[in-house]
Amino acid sequence: MPVLARWIEAAGIPTVIVTMMPAVAEERRAPRIVGVEFPFGHAFGMPGDKAMQRSVLELALRVLAGSAAFGTRVDIDIEWPVPLREAYKAWQPKEASPIVRKLLASPQSGEAGPQGRVGR
Amino acid sequence: MIVDSYKFLPRSFRPLYEGRGPFSGEEGPVWAPFDKRLAASRICLLSSAGLYLDSSQPPFDTEREQNEPEWGDPSWRSIPSTADAADIRLAHLHINDADIRSDPEIALPARLLGEVAAERLVGSATTEHFSVMGYQDRRLDGWRQETVPALVASLRDQQADGLVLAPA
Repeated sequence: MPVLARWIEAAGIPTVIVTMMPAVAEERRAPRIVGVEFPFGHAFGMPGDKAMQRSVLELALRVLAGSAAFGTRVDIDIEWPVPLREAYKAWQPKEASPIVRKLLASPQSGEAGPQGRVGR
Repeated sequence: MIVDSYKFLPRSFRPLYEGRGPFSGEEGPVWAPFDKRLAASRICLLSSAGLYLDSSQPPFDTEREQNEPEWGDPSWRSIPSTADAADIRLAHLHINDADIRSDPEIALPARLLGEVAAERLVGSATTEHFSVMGYQDRRLDGWRQETVPALVASLRDQQADGLVLAPA
């Protein structure tokens, strides 16, 4: 997804990416980054927790509008309110994705990430 | 606080993401300055959770992905800012969809952005937001050749001043 941000930014539209993997977004050279330490599928926070969602959205808007230079990254200081072991299990699909099944069948055969090469 | 980017990622998958650097041809900076005041700006949202409207749009093609694990549907969906949350579904084989189905705002906070606009923190929200499905094939041809030009055209049509993207 950082590359999607880059292509849209290159067309003249400012972008900010809210991501669980801000270090990867930096490596992929996204223009503006907000990092969240949340499980995958939860970019703006817990379901039903409007205050948390608002904190993330407001930070994203401020980073979008107020960043002075390419590569600006700001991480949000919110701890995920679910124990790690439980949260780690909860975000994963009930069935392994097709690419994960393929990799598990032949672990040396591919380079694809389980959430997609650009999904993060 | 510095976010641990790999906290929720299975340990064995970490080398697939860490230290891989930029994509070929994507090494340099790209920058569009945000010139307006936020309170005078129109903002759009984009989620890669594979969201679609159950009442009027086809889901992203997960059947083909089942048969071709290296392939991901490169199409996109337009999600109206007024969409009924109960009508929003997702087609994404790489995450548990229960939480987004129960509250789509955690992926695409359209209602919240509308409230923020009503409070004049931002000028307005676009009438349409967007979703793609984040799992894509390596070459990204579908996104590059069709989806991104279409998204950019729609962003311009809607006079969007900025885009907030969120991967699933």
